[in-house]
Amino acid sequence: MPRLVHLEVSRRDLLKSSAATIAATGVAGVGAAQPAEDKMKSSNTVSFTVNGKAEKLELDNRTTLLDALREHLHMTGTKKGCDHGQCGACTVLVAGQRINSCLSLAVMHEGDEITTIEGLGQPGALHPMQTAFVKHDGFQCGYCTPGQICSSVAVLEEIKANIPSHVTKDMQAKVTATPEEIRERMSGNICRCGAYSNIIEAITDVAGSRA
Amino acid sequence: MKAFTYERATSVQQAVSMAASNPDARFIAGGTNLLDLMKLQIETPLHLIDINHVGLDKIEATDDGGLRIGAMVRNTALAADEHVRRDYSVLSRALVAGASGQLRNKATTAGNLLQRTRCPYFYDTNQPCNKRQPGSGCSAFGGFSRQHAVVGTSEACIATHPSDMAIAMRALDAKVETVKGDGTRRTIPIADFHRLPGDTPHIETNLERGEFITAVTLPAPIGGKQIYRKVRDRASYAFALVSIAAVVQPDGTGRFAIGGVAHKPWRMGEADAQLKAGAREAARAALADARPTEQNRYKLDLVERTLGAALAEAKG
Ligand SMILES: Cc1cc2nc3c(=O)[nH]c(=O)nc-3n(C[C@H](O)[C@H](O)[C@H](O)COP(=O)(O)OP(=O)(O)OC[C@H]3O[C@@H](n4cnc5c(N)ncnc54)[C@H](O)[C@@H]3O)c2cc1C
Ligand code: SF4
Ligand code: FES
Ligand code: FES
Repeated sequence: MPRLVHLEVSRRDLLKSSAATIAATGVAGVGAAQPAEDKMKSSNTVSFTVNGKAEKLELDNRTTLLDALREHLHMTGTKKGCDHGQCGACTVLVAGQRINSCLSLAVMHEGDEITTIEGLGQPGALHPMQTAFVKHDGFQCGYCTPGQICSSVAVLEEIKANIPSHVTKDMQAKVTATPEEIRERMSGNICRCGAYSNIIEAITDVAGSRA
Repeated sequence: MKAFTYERATSVQQAVSMAASNPDARFIAGGTNLLDLMKLQIETPLHLIDINHVGLDKIEATDDGGLRIGAMVRNTALAADEHVRRDYSVLSRALVAGASGQLRNKATTAGNLLQRTRCPYFYDTNQPCNKRQPGSGCSAFGGFSRQHAVVGTSEACIATHPSDMAIAMRALDAKVETVKGDGTRRTIPIADFHRLPGDTPHIETNLERGEFITAVTLPAPIGGKQIYRKVRDRASYAFALVSIAAVVQPDGTGRFAIGGVAHKPWRMGEADAQLKAGAREAARAALADARPTEQNRYKLDLVERTLGAALAEAKG
Protein backbone atom coordinates (compact mmCIF):
# COMPACT_ATOMS: atom_id res chain seq x y z
CA MET A 1 0.00 0.00 0.00
CA PRO A 2 1.25 3.47 -0.82
CA ARG A 3 2.38 5.56 2.09
CA LEU A 4 -0.06 8.43 1.65
CA VAL A 5 -2.96 6.05 1.93
CA HIS A 6 -1.51 4.62 5.11
CA LEU A 7 -1.02 8.10 6.43
CA GLU A 8 -4.64 8.93 5.80
CA VAL A 9 -5.87 5.79 7.49
CA SER A 10 -3.66 6.27 10.50
CA ARG A 11 -4.71 9.89 10.79
CA ARG A 12 -8.32 8.82 10.81
CA ASP A 13 -7.61 6.14 13.36
CA LEU A 14 -5.98 8.83 15.41
CA LEU A 15 -9.12 10.95 15.11
CA LYS A 16 -11.20 8.03 16.29
CA SER A 17 -8.98 7.30 19.24
CA SER A 18 -8.80 10.95 20.18
CA ALA A 19 -12.60 11.11 19.94
CA ALA A 20 -12.67 8.28 22.47
CA THR A 21 -10.34 10.25 24.72
CA ILE A 22 -12.58 13.27 24.41
CA ALA A 23 -15.58 11.21 25.43
CA ALA A 24 -13.69 9.93 28.45
CA THR A 25 -12.24 13.22 29.60
CA GLY A 26 -14.73 15.70 28.26
CA VAL A 27 -11.99 17.73 26.57
CA ALA A 28 -12.95 18.91 23.10
CA GLY A 29 -10.35 18.61 20.40
CA VAL A 30 -9.78 17.49 16.86
CA GLY A 31 -12.95 16.21 15.15
CA ALA A 32 -15.08 17.15 18.15
CA ALA A 33 -18.84 17.16 17.76
CA GLN A 34 -20.43 20.50 16.95
CA PRO A 35 -22.50 22.29 19.57
CA ALA A 36 -26.16 21.55 18.77
CA GLU A 37 -27.13 25.20 18.24
CA ASP A 38 -24.47 25.64 15.54
CA LYS A 39 -26.29 23.14 13.35
CA MET A 40 -29.07 25.71 12.95
CA LYS A 41 -26.80 28.59 12.01
CA SER A 42 -25.54 29.82 8.68
CA SER A 43 -22.12 30.39 10.25
CA ASN A 44 -19.87 28.19 12.35
CA THR A 45 -16.57 28.36 14.15
CA VAL A 46 -13.74 26.29 12.79
CA SER A 47 -10.27 25.60 14.16
CA PHE A 48 -7.38 24.41 12.05
CA THR A 49 -3.68 25.07 11.77
CA VAL A 50 -2.19 26.98 8.88
CA ASN A 51 1.54 26.53 8.42
CA GLY A 52 1.81 25.26 11.97
CA LYS A 53 -0.11 28.14 13.56
CA ALA A 54 -3.46 27.43 15.24
CA GLU A 55 -6.31 29.52 13.86
CA LYS A 56 -9.89 29.82 15.03
CA LEU A 57 -12.40 31.55 12.79
CA GLU A 58 -16.10 32.30 12.85
CA LEU A 59 -17.16 31.95 9.23
CA ASP A 60 -20.24 32.01 7.07
CA ASN A 61 -20.72 28.36 6.06
CA ARG A 62 -20.34 29.40 2.41
CA THR A 63 -16.74 30.50 2.88
CA THR A 64 -14.34 28.33 0.91
CA LEU A 65 -10.99 27.37 2.38
CA LEU A 66 -9.47 29.63 -0.29
CA ASP A 67 -11.45 32.67 0.85
CA ALA A 68 -10.77 31.89 4.50
CA LEU A 69 -7.04 31.96 3.77
CA ARG A 70 -7.08 35.06 1.59
CA GLU A 71 -9.87 37.21 2.98
CA HIS A 72 -9.91 36.23 6.64
CA LEU A 73 -6.33 35.26 7.41
CA HIS A 74 -4.93 37.68 4.82
CA MET A 75 -2.56 35.08 3.44
CA THR A 76 -2.70 36.06 -0.19
CA GLY A 77 -0.03 33.70 -1.48
CA THR A 78 -2.71 31.21 -2.49
CA LYS A 79 -4.39 32.52 -5.64
CA LYS A 80 -7.91 32.46 -7.02
CA GLY A 81 -8.06 31.75 -10.73
CA CYS A 82 -11.27 30.08 -11.80
CA ASP A 83 -12.89 29.37 -8.41
CA HIS A 84 -14.24 26.12 -9.94
CA GLY A 85 -11.53 23.48 -9.64
CA GLN A 86 -10.31 24.00 -13.19
CA CYS A 87 -7.00 25.84 -12.92
CA GLY A 88 -5.09 24.76 -9.78
CA ALA A 89 -4.05 28.30 -8.74
CA CYS A 90 -5.63 27.69 -5.33
CA THR A 91 -3.75 24.43 -4.60
CA VAL A 92 -2.79 23.97 -0.94
CA LEU A 93 -1.74 20.95 1.09
CA VAL A 94 -4.11 19.47 3.67
CA ALA A 95 -2.49 16.77 5.80
CA GLY A 96 0.22 16.73 3.13
CA GLN A 97 -2.20 16.11 0.25
CA ARG A 98 -2.85 18.66 -2.46
CA ILE A 99 -6.40 19.88 -2.98
CA ASN A 100 -8.15 22.77 -4.72
CA SER A 101 -8.98 25.10 -1.83
CA CYS A 102 -11.68 26.81 -3.93
CA LEU A 103 -13.80 23.65 -3.98
CA SER A 104 -13.69 22.98 -0.26
CA LEU A 105 -15.65 24.65 2.54
CA ALA A 106 -13.57 26.06 5.37
CA VAL A 107 -15.97 24.69 8.00
CA MET A 108 -15.22 21.20 6.71
CA HIS A 109 -11.57 21.55 7.78
CA GLU A 110 -12.02 21.32 11.54
CA GLY A 111 -8.76 20.03 13.03
CA ASP A 112 -6.90 19.91 9.70
CA GLU A 113 -3.28 20.86 9.12
CA ILE A 114 -3.05 23.16 6.14
CA THR A 115 0.13 24.20 4.37
CA THR A 116 0.20 27.10 1.92
CA ILE A 117 2.98 28.53 -0.21
CA GLU A 118 3.87 30.84 2.72
CA GLY A 119 4.47 27.77 4.88
CA LEU A 120 6.65 25.91 2.39
CA GLY A 121 9.36 28.56 2.58
CA GLN A 122 10.02 32.26 2.99
CA PRO A 123 12.58 34.58 1.38
CA GLY A 124 15.93 33.60 2.81
CA ALA A 125 14.73 30.09 3.66
CA LEU A 126 13.11 28.84 0.48
CA HIS A 127 11.82 25.33 -0.04
CA PRO A 128 13.99 23.44 -2.59
CA MET A 129 11.06 23.56 -5.02
CA GLN A 130 10.81 27.34 -4.70
CA THR A 131 14.56 27.62 -5.31
CA ALA A 132 14.27 25.40 -8.38
CA PHE A 133 11.43 27.50 -9.83
CA VAL A 134 13.63 30.59 -9.47
CA LYS A 135 16.67 28.85 -10.92
CA HIS A 136 14.79 27.46 -13.95
CA ASP A 137 12.64 30.53 -14.52
CA GLY A 138 9.51 28.45 -13.91
CA PHE A 139 7.13 31.40 -14.20
CA GLN A 140 6.40 34.60 -16.07
CA CYS A 141 3.62 36.63 -14.42
CA GLY A 142 3.78 34.35 -11.37
CA TYR A 143 0.05 34.12 -10.76
CA CYS A 144 -0.14 30.34 -11.10
CA THR A 145 3.17 29.80 -9.32
CA PRO A 146 2.10 29.24 -5.70
CA GLY A 147 -0.33 26.59 -6.90
CA GLN A 148 2.27 25.07 -9.21
CA ILE A 149 4.79 24.83 -6.37
CA CYS A 150 2.37 23.38 -3.80
CA SER A 151 1.17 20.92 -6.40
CA SER A 152 4.67 19.86 -7.45
CA VAL A 153 5.79 19.27 -3.86
CA ALA A 154 2.81 16.92 -3.45
CA VAL A 155 3.43 15.30 -6.85
CA LEU A 156 6.88 14.12 -5.77
CA GLU A 157 5.35 12.70 -2.57
CA GLU A 158 2.66 10.93 -4.59
CA ILE A 159 5.30 9.37 -6.82
CA LYS A 160 7.29 8.29 -3.76
CA ALA A 161 4.11 6.76 -2.33
CA ASN A 162 3.76 4.78 -5.59
CA ILE A 163 0.43 6.30 -6.61
CA PRO A 164 -0.12 5.57 -10.32
CA SER A 165 -1.00 8.12 -13.01
CA HIS A 166 -2.58 8.04 -16.45
CA VAL A 167 0.85 7.58 -18.09
CA THR A 168 2.12 4.87 -15.73
CA LYS A 169 2.91 1.95 -18.04
CA ASP A 170 2.92 -0.94 -15.60
CA MET A 171 0.44 -0.79 -12.72
CA GLN A 172 2.52 -3.35 -10.78
CA ALA A 173 5.92 -1.67 -11.12
CA LYS A 174 7.28 1.07 -8.89
CA VAL A 175 6.40 4.52 -10.23
CA THR A 176 9.37 6.75 -11.12
CA ALA A 177 9.66 10.52 -11.47
CA THR A 178 10.15 10.78 -15.23
CA PRO A 179 9.35 14.08 -16.98
CA GLU A 180 6.40 12.32 -18.61
CA GLU A 181 4.99 11.31 -15.21
CA ILE A 182 5.51 14.80 -13.82
CA ARG A 183 3.87 16.48 -16.81
CA GLU A 184 0.77 14.30 -16.54
CA ARG A 185 0.48 14.79 -12.79
CA MET A 186 0.79 18.57 -13.12
CA SER A 187 -2.09 18.81 -15.61
CA GLY A 188 -4.39 20.21 -12.92
CA ASN A 189 -2.27 23.37 -12.80
CA ILE A 190 -2.83 25.65 -15.74
CA CYS A 191 -0.33 28.39 -16.63
CA ARG A 192 -1.72 30.98 -19.01
CA CYS A 193 1.76 32.37 -19.60
CA GLY A 194 2.82 28.94 -20.82
CA ALA A 195 5.85 28.51 -18.56
CA TYR A 196 5.32 24.77 -18.69
CA SER A 197 8.67 23.61 -20.03
CA ASN A 198 10.60 25.49 -17.35
CA ILE A 199 8.20 24.29 -14.68
CA ILE A 200 8.88 20.68 -15.67
CA GLU A 201 12.61 21.36 -15.62
CA ALA A 202 12.40 22.80 -12.12
CA ILE A 203 10.43 19.83 -10.78
CA THR A 204 12.62 17.29 -12.56
CA ASP A 205 15.65 18.98 -11.03
CA VAL A 206 14.25 18.59 -7.50
CA ALA A 207 13.10 15.02 -8.22
CA GLY A 208 16.56 14.13 -9.49
CA SER A 209 18.42 15.59 -6.53
CA ARG A 210 16.09 13.70 -4.19
CA ALA A 211 16.34 10.32 -5.96
CA MET B 1 -24.16 30.70 -3.25
CA LYS B 2 -27.39 30.46 -1.27
CA ALA B 3 -26.96 30.40 2.52
CA PHE B 4 -27.21 27.02 4.21
CA THR B 5 -26.86 25.44 7.63
CA TYR B 6 -24.18 22.84 8.18
CA GLU B 7 -23.76 19.81 10.38
CA ARG B 8 -21.15 17.13 10.70
CA ALA B 9 -22.21 13.49 10.93
CA THR B 10 -19.94 11.12 12.81
CA SER B 11 -21.72 7.89 11.86
CA VAL B 12 -23.76 6.56 8.95
CA GLN B 13 -26.76 6.15 11.22
CA GLN B 14 -26.50 9.79 12.21
CA ALA B 15 -26.12 10.93 8.60
CA VAL B 16 -29.21 9.09 7.37
CA SER B 17 -31.39 10.19 10.28
CA MET B 18 -30.28 13.80 9.78
CA ALA B 19 -31.29 13.48 6.13
CA ALA B 20 -34.60 11.82 7.01
CA SER B 21 -35.53 14.68 9.33
CA ASN B 22 -34.62 17.42 6.85
CA PRO B 23 -35.94 17.17 3.29
CA ASP B 24 -33.85 20.16 2.18
CA ALA B 25 -30.57 18.55 3.25
CA ARG B 26 -27.85 17.15 1.05
CA PHE B 27 -24.84 15.03 1.90
CA ILE B 28 -21.49 16.55 1.07
CA ALA B 29 -18.49 14.28 0.52
CA GLY B 30 -15.47 15.68 -1.37
CA GLY B 31 -17.66 18.58 -2.44
CA THR B 32 -15.96 18.86 -5.82
CA ASN B 33 -19.20 18.55 -7.76
CA LEU B 34 -21.75 19.82 -5.28
CA LEU B 35 -19.88 23.02 -4.34
CA ASP B 36 -19.05 23.75 -7.96
CA LEU B 37 -22.79 23.73 -8.71
CA MET B 38 -23.77 25.56 -5.52
CA LYS B 39 -21.53 28.45 -6.52
CA LEU B 40 -23.60 28.83 -9.68
CA GLN B 41 -26.85 28.34 -7.72
CA ILE B 42 -27.63 25.34 -9.88
CA GLU B 43 -27.72 23.35 -6.65
CA THR B 44 -29.30 25.20 -3.71
CA PRO B 45 -29.45 22.93 -0.65
CA LEU B 46 -30.57 24.66 2.56
CA HIS B 47 -28.66 22.26 4.76
CA LEU B 48 -25.44 20.30 4.28
CA ILE B 49 -24.59 17.08 6.09
CA ASP B 50 -20.83 16.63 6.08
CA ILE B 51 -20.17 12.88 5.78
CA ASN B 52 -16.37 13.07 5.88
CA HIS B 53 -16.24 11.72 9.44
CA VAL B 54 -18.47 8.66 9.12
CA GLY B 55 -15.64 6.22 8.34
CA LEU B 56 -16.34 4.04 5.25
CA ASP B 57 -12.80 4.77 4.08
CA LYS B 58 -11.55 1.19 3.77
CA ILE B 59 -11.22 -1.29 0.92
CA GLU B 60 -11.92 -4.81 2.20
CA ALA B 61 -12.25 -8.34 0.85
CA THR B 62 -15.81 -9.70 0.53
CA ASP B 63 -16.85 -13.28 1.38
CA ASP B 64 -17.19 -14.20 -2.30
CA GLY B 65 -13.64 -13.17 -3.17
CA GLY B 66 -14.43 -9.66 -4.36
CA LEU B 67 -13.82 -6.22 -2.89
CA ARG B 68 -15.95 -3.83 -0.90
CA ILE B 69 -14.96 -0.21 -1.50
CA GLY B 70 -16.15 2.17 1.23
CA ALA B 71 -18.19 5.10 -0.06
CA MET B 72 -15.67 7.59 1.33
CA VAL B 73 -12.55 6.02 -0.20
CA ARG B 74 -10.92 8.81 -2.20
CA ASN B 75 -10.36 8.32 -5.91
CA THR B 76 -6.57 8.54 -5.40
CA ALA B 77 -6.58 5.84 -2.72
CA LEU B 78 -8.79 3.57 -4.81
CA ALA B 79 -6.61 3.89 -7.90
CA ALA B 80 -3.49 3.19 -5.82
CA ASP B 81 -4.83 0.21 -3.89
CA GLU B 82 -2.65 -2.83 -4.54
CA HIS B 83 -5.60 -5.23 -5.01
CA VAL B 84 -7.39 -2.92 -7.38
CA ARG B 85 -4.21 -2.40 -9.41
CA ARG B 86 -3.62 -6.12 -9.63
CA ASP B 87 -7.12 -7.57 -10.09
CA TYR B 88 -9.22 -4.68 -11.41
CA SER B 89 -6.68 -2.58 -13.23
CA VAL B 90 -9.33 -1.20 -15.59
CA LEU B 91 -10.71 0.62 -12.55
CA SER B 92 -7.35 2.08 -11.55
CA ARG B 93 -6.80 3.15 -15.16
CA ALA B 94 -10.21 4.79 -15.41
CA LEU B 95 -9.73 6.68 -12.15
CA VAL B 96 -6.38 8.16 -13.09
CA ALA B 97 -7.80 9.18 -16.48
CA GLY B 98 -10.32 11.42 -14.69
CA ALA B 99 -10.08 14.97 -13.35
CA SER B 100 -6.75 16.10 -11.79
CA GLY B 101 -4.50 14.94 -8.95
CA GLN B 102 -5.96 17.62 -6.67
CA LEU B 103 -9.56 16.64 -7.43
CA ARG B 104 -8.92 12.90 -7.09
CA ASN B 105 -7.53 13.48 -3.60
CA LYS B 106 -10.93 14.86 -2.55
CA ALA B 107 -13.36 13.00 -4.81
CA THR B 108 -14.99 9.98 -3.18
CA THR B 109 -16.34 6.71 -4.58
CA ALA B 110 -19.96 7.64 -3.85
CA GLY B 111 -19.57 11.28 -4.93
CA ASN B 112 -18.01 10.25 -8.21
CA LEU B 113 -20.95 7.96 -9.02
CA LEU B 114 -23.39 10.71 -8.07
CA GLN B 115 -21.78 13.65 -9.85
CA ARG B 116 -24.40 15.26 -12.04
CA THR B 117 -24.91 14.06 -15.59
CA ARG B 118 -24.37 17.34 -17.36
CA CYS B 119 -23.47 19.43 -20.38
CA PRO B 120 -22.09 22.96 -20.89
CA TYR B 121 -25.61 24.41 -21.21
CA PHE B 122 -26.48 22.95 -17.82
CA TYR B 123 -23.82 25.28 -16.39
CA ASP B 124 -25.01 28.30 -18.36
CA THR B 125 -27.89 29.59 -16.27
CA ASN B 126 -28.94 31.98 -19.06
CA GLN B 127 -29.87 29.06 -21.31
CA PRO B 128 -32.86 26.75 -21.16
CA CYS B 129 -32.07 23.28 -19.81
CA ASN B 130 -34.58 20.59 -18.88
CA LYS B 131 -32.21 19.14 -16.35
CA ARG B 132 -31.65 22.39 -14.49
CA GLN B 133 -35.19 23.67 -14.95
CA PRO B 134 -37.61 20.92 -15.95
CA GLY B 135 -39.79 21.91 -18.89
CA SER B 136 -37.64 24.84 -20.03
CA GLY B 137 -36.29 23.03 -23.10
CA CYS B 138 -32.92 21.64 -24.14
CA SER B 139 -30.37 24.07 -25.55
CA ALA B 140 -28.21 21.30 -26.93
CA PHE B 141 -30.74 20.46 -29.65
CA GLY B 142 -29.90 22.93 -32.36
CA GLY B 143 -26.96 24.17 -30.32
CA PHE B 144 -23.41 22.88 -30.04
CA SER B 145 -23.79 19.17 -29.44
CA ARG B 146 -20.37 17.85 -30.37
CA GLN B 147 -19.73 16.51 -26.84
CA HIS B 148 -23.21 15.12 -26.27
CA ALA B 149 -24.80 11.69 -26.12
CA VAL B 150 -25.59 9.60 -29.17
CA VAL B 151 -27.51 6.69 -27.68
CA GLY B 152 -30.26 6.24 -25.10
CA THR B 153 -31.13 9.91 -25.58
CA SER B 154 -34.55 11.55 -25.48
CA GLU B 155 -36.10 14.71 -26.85
CA ALA B 156 -35.65 16.18 -23.40
CA CYS B 157 -31.89 15.74 -22.89
CA ILE B 158 -28.74 14.51 -24.60
CA ALA B 159 -26.19 15.04 -21.80
CA THR B 160 -23.54 12.44 -20.99
CA HIS B 161 -22.50 11.02 -17.64
CA PRO B 162 -19.00 12.37 -17.08
CA SER B 163 -17.55 9.71 -14.75
CA ASP B 164 -14.62 7.62 -15.92
CA MET B 165 -14.73 5.49 -12.77
CA ALA B 166 -18.33 4.46 -13.39
CA ILE B 167 -17.52 3.16 -16.89
CA ALA B 168 -14.97 0.74 -15.45
CA MET B 169 -17.39 -0.24 -12.68
CA ARG B 170 -20.05 -0.96 -15.30
CA ALA B 171 -17.65 -3.25 -17.16
CA LEU B 172 -16.82 -5.00 -13.86
CA ASP B 173 -20.50 -5.47 -12.83
CA ALA B 174 -20.10 -3.50 -9.62
CA LYS B 175 -22.95 -3.19 -7.13
CA VAL B 176 -23.93 -0.18 -5.06
CA GLU B 177 -24.85 -0.76 -1.41
CA THR B 178 -27.14 1.73 0.29
CA VAL B 179 -29.01 2.41 3.52
CA LYS B 180 -32.14 4.53 3.99
CA GLY B 181 -33.32 6.64 6.89
CA ASP B 182 -35.47 3.80 8.27
CA GLY B 183 -32.43 1.52 8.32
CA THR B 184 -33.40 -0.61 5.32
CA ARG B 185 -30.50 -1.64 3.13
CA ARG B 186 -30.42 -2.58 -0.52
CA THR B 187 -27.95 -3.49 -3.21
CA ILE B 188 -28.33 -1.94 -6.65
CA PRO B 189 -26.46 -3.43 -9.65
CA ILE B 190 -24.64 -0.58 -11.36
CA ALA B 191 -26.59 -1.30 -14.56
CA ASP B 192 -29.75 -0.19 -12.74
CA PHE B 193 -28.21 2.67 -10.78
CA HIS B 194 -28.13 5.48 -13.35
CA ARG B 195 -31.18 6.32 -15.45
CA LEU B 196 -31.72 7.31 -19.06
CA PRO B 197 -33.14 10.83 -19.46
CA GLY B 198 -36.60 9.97 -20.80
CA ASP B 199 -38.85 12.92 -19.99
CA THR B 200 -37.39 13.36 -16.49
CA PRO B 201 -33.73 14.19 -17.19
CA HIS B 202 -33.44 15.92 -13.80
CA ILE B 203 -33.74 12.49 -12.12
CA GLU B 204 -30.44 10.81 -12.83
CA THR B 205 -30.28 7.78 -10.55
CA ASN B 206 -32.68 5.38 -8.88
CA LEU B 207 -31.52 6.45 -5.44
CA GLU B 208 -34.30 7.74 -3.21
CA ARG B 209 -34.21 11.04 -1.35
CA GLY B 210 -32.02 10.66 1.73
CA GLU B 211 -30.74 7.23 0.66
CA PHE B 212 -27.08 6.93 1.50
CA ILE B 213 -24.41 4.96 -0.39
CA THR B 214 -22.25 2.96 2.01
CA ALA B 215 -20.09 1.01 -0.43
CA VAL B 216 -19.51 -0.27 -3.92
CA THR B 217 -18.68 -3.95 -4.28
CA LEU B 218 -16.80 -5.69 -7.06
CA PRO B 219 -17.34 -9.39 -7.78
CA ALA B 220 -14.41 -11.82 -7.62
CA PRO B 221 -11.67 -10.94 -10.15
CA ILE B 222 -12.37 -12.01 -13.73
CA GLY B 223 -8.80 -11.79 -15.01
CA GLY B 224 -8.24 -10.94 -18.67
CA LYS B 225 -6.45 -7.95 -20.14
CA GLN B 226 -8.00 -4.86 -18.62
CA ILE B 227 -7.87 -1.70 -20.65
CA TYR B 228 -9.24 1.82 -20.32
CA ARG B 229 -8.90 4.17 -23.27
CA LYS B 230 -10.11 7.74 -23.13
CA VAL B 231 -10.27 10.06 -26.13
CA ARG B 232 -10.50 13.76 -25.32
CA ASP B 233 -9.71 17.20 -26.70
CA ARG B 234 -6.44 17.45 -24.76
CA ALA B 235 -4.09 14.79 -23.47
CA SER B 236 -4.99 15.25 -19.80
CA TYR B 237 -7.55 16.93 -17.53
CA ALA B 238 -10.52 16.89 -19.88
CA PHE B 239 -13.79 14.98 -20.01
CA ALA B 240 -14.09 12.08 -22.41
CA LEU B 241 -15.45 12.49 -25.90
CA VAL B 242 -15.49 8.70 -25.94
CA SER B 243 -13.98 6.17 -23.57
CA ILE B 244 -13.83 2.37 -23.50
CA ALA B 245 -13.40 0.12 -20.47
CA ALA B 246 -12.66 -3.37 -21.77
CA VAL B 247 -11.83 -6.73 -20.20
CA VAL B 248 -10.61 -9.14 -22.86
CA GLN B 249 -9.90 -12.82 -22.21
CA PRO B 250 -7.13 -14.81 -23.97
CA ASP B 251 -9.71 -16.46 -26.28
CA GLY B 252 -10.88 -13.04 -27.51
CA THR B 253 -14.19 -13.01 -25.65
CA GLY B 254 -14.87 -10.31 -23.11
CA ARG B 255 -16.94 -7.31 -22.18
CA PHE B 256 -16.82 -3.57 -22.59
CA ALA B 257 -18.57 -0.43 -21.43
CA ILE B 258 -18.55 2.91 -23.24
CA GLY B 259 -18.27 6.39 -21.77
CA GLY B 260 -19.08 9.73 -23.35
CA VAL B 261 -21.95 8.37 -25.43
CA ALA B 262 -24.95 8.22 -23.10
CA HIS B 263 -26.70 9.55 -20.01
CA LYS B 264 -25.25 6.56 -18.15
CA PRO B 265 -22.35 4.13 -18.56
CA TRP B 266 -23.29 2.25 -21.73
CA ARG B 267 -23.02 -1.50 -22.04
CA MET B 268 -24.98 -4.04 -24.10
CA GLY B 269 -24.91 -7.83 -23.67
CA GLU B 270 -25.34 -8.27 -27.45
CA ALA B 271 -22.26 -6.14 -28.00
CA ASP B 272 -20.15 -8.13 -25.54
CA ALA B 273 -21.14 -11.27 -27.45
CA GLN B 274 -19.77 -9.71 -30.66
CA LEU B 275 -16.41 -8.80 -29.18
CA LYS B 276 -14.69 -11.85 -30.58
CA ALA B 277 -15.93 -10.96 -34.06
CA GLY B 278 -14.12 -7.61 -33.86
CA ALA B 279 -14.45 -3.93 -33.01
CA ARG B 280 -16.72 -3.07 -35.93
CA GLU B 281 -19.30 -5.74 -35.09
CA ALA B 282 -19.17 -5.06 -31.37
CA ALA B 283 -19.38 -1.27 -31.72
CA ARG B 284 -22.30 -1.57 -34.15
CA ALA B 285 -24.16 -3.85 -31.76
CA ALA B 286 -23.57 -1.46 -28.88
CA LEU B 287 -24.75 1.59 -30.81
CA ALA B 288 -27.46 -0.01 -32.94
CA ASP B 289 -30.08 2.39 -31.56
CA ALA B 290 -27.91 5.51 -31.77
CA ARG B 291 -29.57 8.78 -32.79
CA PRO B 292 -26.64 11.15 -33.17
CA THR B 293 -26.86 14.83 -34.07
CA GLU B 294 -24.98 16.18 -37.08
CA GLN B 295 -22.27 17.40 -34.72
CA ASN B 296 -21.69 14.24 -32.74
CA ARG B 297 -22.12 11.61 -35.43
CA TYR B 298 -18.32 11.26 -35.41
CA LYS B 299 -18.62 9.46 -32.06
CA LEU B 300 -19.95 6.36 -33.81
CA ASP B 301 -16.67 5.98 -35.71
CA LEU B 302 -14.68 7.05 -32.71
CA VAL B 303 -16.19 4.29 -30.56
CA GLU B 304 -15.35 1.69 -33.19
CA ARG B 305 -11.77 2.89 -33.52
CA THR B 306 -11.20 3.30 -29.80
CA LEU B 307 -12.53 -0.20 -29.23
CA GLY B 308 -10.30 -1.43 -32.05
CA ALA B 309 -7.30 0.15 -30.36
CA ALA B 310 -8.29 -1.42 -27.03
CA LEU B 311 -8.60 -4.86 -28.63
CA ALA B 312 -5.23 -4.46 -30.35
CA GLU B 313 -3.70 -3.44 -27.02
CA ALA B 314 -5.24 -6.53 -25.41
CA LYS B 315 -3.63 -8.78 -28.04
CA GLY B 316 -0.27 -7.00 -27.88
C1 LIG C 1 -12.51 20.69 -13.31
C2 LIG C 1 -13.07 19.31 -13.12
C3 LIG C 1 -12.73 18.29 -13.99
C4 LIG C 1 -13.24 17.01 -13.81
N1 LIG C 1 -12.90 16.03 -14.70
C5 LIG C 1 -13.39 14.76 -14.53
C6 LIG C 1 -13.05 13.72 -15.43
O1 LIG C 1 -12.30 13.91 -16.39
N2 LIG C 1 -13.56 12.48 -15.20
C7 LIG C 1 -14.39 12.24 -14.14
O2 LIG C 1 -14.80 11.09 -13.98
N3 LIG C 1 -14.74 13.20 -13.29
C8 LIG C 1 -14.27 14.46 -13.46
N4 LIG C 1 -14.64 15.45 -12.59
C9 LIG C 1 -15.68 15.18 -11.60
C10 LIG C 1 -15.18 14.62 -10.30
O3 LIG C 1 -14.75 13.29 -10.51
C11 LIG C 1 -16.35 14.66 -9.31
O4 LIG C 1 -16.58 16.02 -8.99
C12 LIG C 1 -16.10 13.88 -8.05
O5 LIG C 1 -15.89 12.53 -8.33
C13 LIG C 1 -17.28 14.03 -7.10
O6 LIG C 1 -16.98 13.39 -5.86
P1 LIG C 1 -17.15 14.18 -4.48
O7 LIG C 1 -16.86 13.23 -3.39
O8 LIG C 1 -16.37 15.44 -4.49
O9 LIG C 1 -18.71 14.49 -4.54
P2 LIG C 1 -19.58 15.64 -3.87
O10 LIG C 1 -19.50 16.87 -4.69
O11 LIG C 1 -19.31 15.74 -2.42
O12 LIG C 1 -21.03 14.99 -4.03
C14 LIG C 1 -21.64 14.73 -5.28
C15 LIG C 1 -23.07 14.26 -5.03
O13 LIG C 1 -23.07 13.00 -4.39
C16 LIG C 1 -23.85 13.03 -3.20
N5 LIG C 1 -23.20 12.08 -2.27
C17 LIG C 1 -21.87 12.03 -1.96
N6 LIG C 1 -21.62 10.96 -1.17
C18 LIG C 1 -22.81 10.33 -0.97
C19 LIG C 1 -23.18 9.15 -0.26
N7 LIG C 1 -22.29 8.40 0.42
N8 LIG C 1 -24.48 8.76 -0.28
C20 LIG C 1 -25.39 9.52 -0.97
N9 LIG C 1 -25.10 10.63 -1.63
C21 LIG C 1 -23.81 11.04 -1.65
C22 LIG C 1 -23.86 14.47 -2.77
O14 LIG C 1 -25.03 14.77 -2.02
C23 LIG C 1 -23.87 15.18 -4.12
O15 LIG C 1 -25.17 15.25 -4.62
C24 LIG C 1 -14.12 16.73 -12.73
C25 LIG C 1 -14.46 17.77 -11.83
C26 LIG C 1 -13.94 19.04 -12.02
C27 LIG C 1 -14.33 20.11 -11.04
S1 SF4 D 1 -28.53 18.12 -22.95
FE1 SF4 D 1 -29.53 17.88 -20.96
S2 SF4 D 1 -28.16 19.00 -19.61
FE2 SF4 D 1 -27.68 19.73 -21.67
S3 SF4 D 1 -29.05 21.51 -22.07
FE3 SF4 D 1 -30.13 19.70 -22.79
S4 SF4 D 1 -31.40 19.15 -21.03
FE4 SF4 D 1 -29.77 20.45 -20.22
S1 FES E 1 -9.12 28.76 -8.28
FE1 FES E 1 -9.30 26.73 -7.51
S2 FES E 1 -8.87 25.54 -9.24
FE2 FES E 1 -8.97 27.53 -10.08
S1 FES F 1 3.35 32.30 -14.84
FE1 FES F 1 1.66 33.49 -15.53
S2 FES F 1 0.04 32.06 -15.32
FE2 FES F 1 1.76 30.83 -14.97
